Amino acid sequence: MEEVLQKLHPLEIKVLPYLSTCKTAKEIVEKAKLEEVEVLRALHWLQSKKAIYLTSTVTEFLELGENGKAYLKRGMPEKNFLQKILGKQVQIQELQKVTGLTREEVQVSLGLLQHKQAIRIQDRKVQCTEKGKAFLQEETAEEKLLQKLALRPVPVQDLSKEEWQTMQQLRARKDFLRVVAQKTHAVEPTDFGKALLKQKIRVRNVIDQLTPELLREGKWKGKPYRKYDLQSKVPDIFGGRRHFEKEAIEYARSIWLEMGFREMSGDLVHPSFWNFDALFTAQDHPVREIQDTFFLQDPRKGALPEEKLVKAVQEMHEHGGKIGSRGWGGMWSKEEAKRNVLRTHTTVLSARTLAAIGKDTKTNLPAKYFSMGRCFRNEALDWNHLFEFNQTEGIVVDRNANFRHLLGYLKQFFKKMGFAQVRFRPGYFPYTEPSVEVDVFHPTHKQWVELGGAGIFRPEVVVPLLGEDIPVLAWGLGFARIIMDYYKITDIRDLYRNDVRQLRAMRSWLL
Amino acid sequence: MPTVTLNRQVVEKLVGKRLSPEQWKDRISMLGTDLERIDEKEIVVEIFPNRPDMLSEQGFARALATFVGSRRGLKEHSTKKSGQKVIIEKSVETVRPYTVTAIVKNLHFTDERIKEVIQIQEKLHITYGRRRRKCAIGIYPLEKISFPITYRAKRPEDIHFIPLGFQEKLSAKQILEQHPAGKEYGSLLNQQPLYPIFQDAKGEILSMPPIINSQCVGQVTEETREVFIECSGFDFAVLEKCLHILVTALADMGGELYSMELQYPQEEKSTPHLQPTPMKLDVAYVNRILGLSLQEKEVQHCLEQMGYGYREGSVLIPAYRADILHPIDLVEDIAIAYGFERFHEEIPKVSTIGAELPFERFKRKIAELLLGLGFLELNTYHLIPRELQTTKMCLQGNPVVILDPVSTEYNTLRMSMLPSLLQVLQWNKTREFPQKLYDVGVVFTKEADTETGVKETVMLGVAVSHSKAGFTEMKQVMEYFFQILHLSYVLADTEETGFIQGRVGKVSAGGREMAVLGEVHPQVLEQFGLEMPVVVMEINVESIFALLEEQGIRD
Repeated sequence: MEEVLQKLHPLEIKVLPYLSTCKTAKEIVEKAKLEEVEVLRALHWLQSKKAIYLTSTVTEFLELGENGKAYLKRGMPEKNFLQKILGKQVQIQELQKVTGLTREEVQVSLGLLQHKQAIRIQDRKVQCTEKGKAFLQEETAEEKLLQKLALRPVPVQDLSKEEWQTMQQLRARKDFLRVVAQKTHAVEPTDFGKALLKQKIRVRNVIDQLTPELLREGKWKGKPYRKYDLQSKVPDIFGGRRHFEKEAIEYARSIWLEMGFREMSGDLVHPSFWNFDALFTAQDHPVREIQDTFFLQDPRKGALPEEKLVKAVQEMHEHGGKIGSRGWGGMWSKEEAKRNVLRTHTTVLSARTLAAIGKDTKTNLPAKYFSMGRCFRNEALDWNHLFEFNQTEGIVVDRNANFRHLLGYLKQFFKKMGFAQVRFRPGYFPYTEPSVEVDVFHPTHKQWVELGGAGIFRPEVVVPLLGEDIPVLAWGLGFARIIMDYYKITDIRDLYRNDVRQLRAMRSWLL
Repeated sequence: MPTVTLNRQVVEKLVGKRLSPEQWKDRISMLGTDLERIDEKEIVVEIFPNRPDMLSEQGFARALATFVGSRRGLKEHSTKKSGQKVIIEKSVETVRPYTVTAIVKNLHFTDERIKEVIQIQEKLHITYGRRRRKCAIGIYPLEKISFPITYRAKRPEDIHFIPLGFQEKLSAKQILEQHPAGKEYGSLLNQQPLYPIFQDAKGEILSMPPIINSQCVGQVTEETREVFIECSGFDFAVLEKCLHILVTALADMGGELYSMELQYPQEEKSTPHLQPTPMKLDVAYVNRILGLSLQEKEVQHCLEQMGYGYREGSVLIPAYRADILHPIDLVEDIAIAYGFERFHEEIPKVSTIGAELPFERFKRKIAELLLGLGFLELNTYHLIPRELQTTKMCLQGNPVVILDPVSTEYNTLRMSMLPSLLQVLQWNKTREFPQKLYDVGVVFTKEADTETGVKETVMLGVAVSHSKAGFTEMKQVMEYFFQILHLSYVLADTEETGFIQGRVGKVSAGGREMAVLGEVHPQVLEQFGLEMPVVVMEINVESIFALLEEQGIRD
C-alpha cells in the first residue's frame, strides 16, 4: 500500500477522489475538469496498479446525417412530391419542373411512392391515389425516427424493433443517418482500490518531473522523488529505418566487397543486344517474346554498339564464329537486337563489363565484379511472382578460373547469407555451360529450395566480348527468395507492399 | 520450360533397372531435369529447352538408362531404304522452303501409344518448333498414300480439303478462319500469297503445314501399323534434328525406320541419317574448365554414361541431340556424369581489390541523413499505371510506355518519384501518423540522344503526412540536406501542377535545378483518396553528386 502511495502520479491523485462516485471516464472528465487524455492516462496507470477495473466498450450511436437534418427541416421529398401533384396528372418528364425537386429526389420519390401504392402511373402520367392522400396526412415511421434523433443520438442497441427496421430503410438513402462508434470506459474500484480510497492521500512535497529550475537553484537537495511505475504503458515511437530488403542488400554487397569484388551498375533499359544477343540468346528464344519480357512501346528501339562487336555477335549467332561452334543457325536481325527492353537480368551488366574489360585484358585480368539491382519480368503479380525483383550478380574473369571455383564462390555467399547446406544441380541457361541450379536446404520445411542460377559463360558469349576464350564464372541470383525466410515472409509481394506498420515492425537484419 | 507427364511404367521398363523412390528423385534431378512429382503412375518433369530429345518416355528413358548405368554408350538406330520419294517444288521456296521425311513401319498403336506420340509431337511443336514457326510435324498412315508425294505451294483459293476433325471440304481460307488449329496458327500463313501443301500421286491433299492434316489421309488410328512423317520449316539442319528426335522415339517403341529420297529443285537428298556426328574433344580442355584431372579413360566413361560414343579424341554425338553446339556442351555432360555432388568447391587464392561505386556510397549517405531525421525508407516499383502519373498526380509530359504488359497496373515507367510516394500514402491511410517516408529510385524520361532514347535519373523522393504537415517542415528537411553537404543553394518560387500555388519552390545549386518541394494540392490528394495534408520533395541525387564531384569535395 505504502509503495503504491509513493508511486501515485499527480494525475492519479486528482482522479482518485472521483472513483467512489463516478462510473465512467466521461463523468470523471466532467467533474474533475481534466482533459480526457489525462483522465484516461491516470485510469490506465491505476488499472496497472490493480486499483480499478477498467472496461472499455464500443457503443454504436445512431445520429442524423447531413441529408437527414436538411429534410427534417424541409420535409421529406416524397411528401413534397405528393403535395405538388395532388389533384393533377403530371407527365413524367414534367415532374422535376412541377415538384421543384432534383432529378435524384424525383427518382427516389417515384420508387418509394409506387412501392406504397401512393401514386399511379398511366400513359407516362403520374397521379396521386387515395392511399397517397392518406399517406400525406400521417406521420411516417421515418419522420418519427428522424425527429427522435434530432434530440440526441441514440445507441443502436436501444432502438425498438420497428425503429431498427426503419433505420435499415433510411440507411439505404444517401446520408440520412450515420452510425458513429463511441468508446466508453466503465470504472470500478477493486477491493485494493477501495482500501486505497480510504487512505489519507496528501499531496506530498516530492519531486515529480526534474526541471532545469530545480537543478539551477539546487531545490532538489534533500527532497524525496515520486517513484515511477515502471510497468505503466508508454506511447509507441517509430524510428526512421531502412527498408528491410535494402538492409539485406547492403549486407549482401558487403559480402561481395569482402571477397574482393568490384561493384558494377547500369541502366534498367537496354537494347536487346546487351540483354540477349551479347549473351547468345537466340533471337527466336521464347524469353524474347512479349509475354515474358517488357519491351518498350515508345521509344521502341535503341542504338547498337560499335560495328565490330555487332558483327562478331552476329557471326556467333549465325555460324558460331570461328571457335568450333555451330551457332544457332538462321538469320540474325539487327532490328531485333535494337528493341529496347527492361533488363530481364543483371547479367546484362556483366555483358557490358566484359566488353569493357576486353579493351585491355592484359591489365584488367583477373577481374571480379558484382552488382545488386532491379530486374523485370512481364508476369502477373501473385504471392509467388513479382514483375520487378532484385538480383545479385557476379562474374569472375580469370584464365585459371574453373567450375570448382564457381561452386566455391556460390557456397561461400550462401553460407554468409545464413544457409549452411548448399546443393548444386545441373541447370540450363542459353549463355552458360556448364549451368548450375543452386538449392539450399530449408531447415524447417526439411527440403531443398531452388535459390538461383549460375554457370560458366559459353565461349560464344565470351569471345566476341573479350576477344578470346577466357573462363568467366557467372551467377545471377534472385534476391527475394534468399531473404524471405529470414523475415518470415511467405507472400513475395510483401517486399513491395510498403505497409508502414509492417516496415516499422520488421525484424532488423542481424546477420 | 515444358513440363511433361511421363508414364512411369513405360519409363521404368525402358530404363531396365529397379531404383528406390529416393534414387529416382535423386537421379532425375542430377541428370539435369527439374523433377516436379513422381508417384506410382507418373513422372512429371520439367525438361530444359536444350533437351527436346527428352520430351518422350523413350528419349527420357534413353538418357536415364545410361546415366544410372543399365546401358552405356551410343545407342545405334539403323535405317533401311524405303525407295519412296518426296518431290519438293520450287514454289515452296518463299513460303516454307524445306521438308525432311521418313517412314516408320511395324508400329503397334494403342490408344495410350497414340496419346504418347501426340504428346511428343505437341511438345516438340511448342518448344523446339517454336510453336510450329520453326518446325511443324505431320504424321500420316502410310497405307492411304500413293507415292511419290509432292511438297508444293498453291494459291489459297485453289486449296480445298477436309481438315482433321471436320466432315466437309473447306477452302484454305476457311480452314484458317474456322478450324481451331487454323485460328491458332493462321498468322503463320495468312500474309503469304501461296500456301504449302503435301499432295500424293493421286492428287489427294495430305496436309497444309504448319496448320492441319487432312481428315481422309492424315489420321493415325489403332489400326495404323506404318506411318509417313514429315517436318517442314526454314532450316534443313533444324528439321533434321526434329525428325531424328521423333523417329528415334518411334524406333524405341519398336518401329523400323526407313529413309526417303528428297528431290529438291537443285539437288537430291535423303533423310533420316542417324549416324552420330563426331566432335573433337581435348581432355586438357575438359580438365581446365572443370578443375579436375581426369584421365582420357574416365572422360570416355563419363561420355558413355551420357549416351555418347568416344573414339580416339572424337566424341560421337547421337543424331537426336540438338544441343551440342561446341565442345563446352560436352564438358557439361561430362560434369553431369561425374556428378555435381562430387566436385570439391574451392575459392582460389587470387588477390583482387574490392571496390564499391562512389555513387552507391553517396546514396547510402543520403539514406543515413534521412534516417537521422526519422524517415522510413520505402521499396517502390518503377513500373506504375499511366493513370497514376498523368491523371492522379497531374504530371506534365508523356511517360515511357511498355508494350503489352500483362497488367495495366504496370504499363508505364515513372517520370517522377511523387506518384509512387502518394500511392504508398494511400495504401497506409489507416496506419499511424505522422508518416515520414522516402525512397531513392530511378525515374525515366524520353531523351533522343541516349543509347535507348530513355534517360534514367536517380531521384530522392520525400513525403511527410500528418494533420499539421506543411511547407515549413519540408523546407527544414531541404535546408538540413544542403547544409550537411555544404552546398549553397537558391530557393525560388515556381509553378508546378499538382501543388498549391505559392507553396511550391524549386531549389538550384551550381546553376542547376536540383529539387522541387511543396504542399500537394488538395485536388491531387482527393484523387488519391487522401485525407491528411501531404508535403513532398524530390531531389535529383545524380546532379547533386555530379556537382559535388566537380567541386572536388571527394578528394
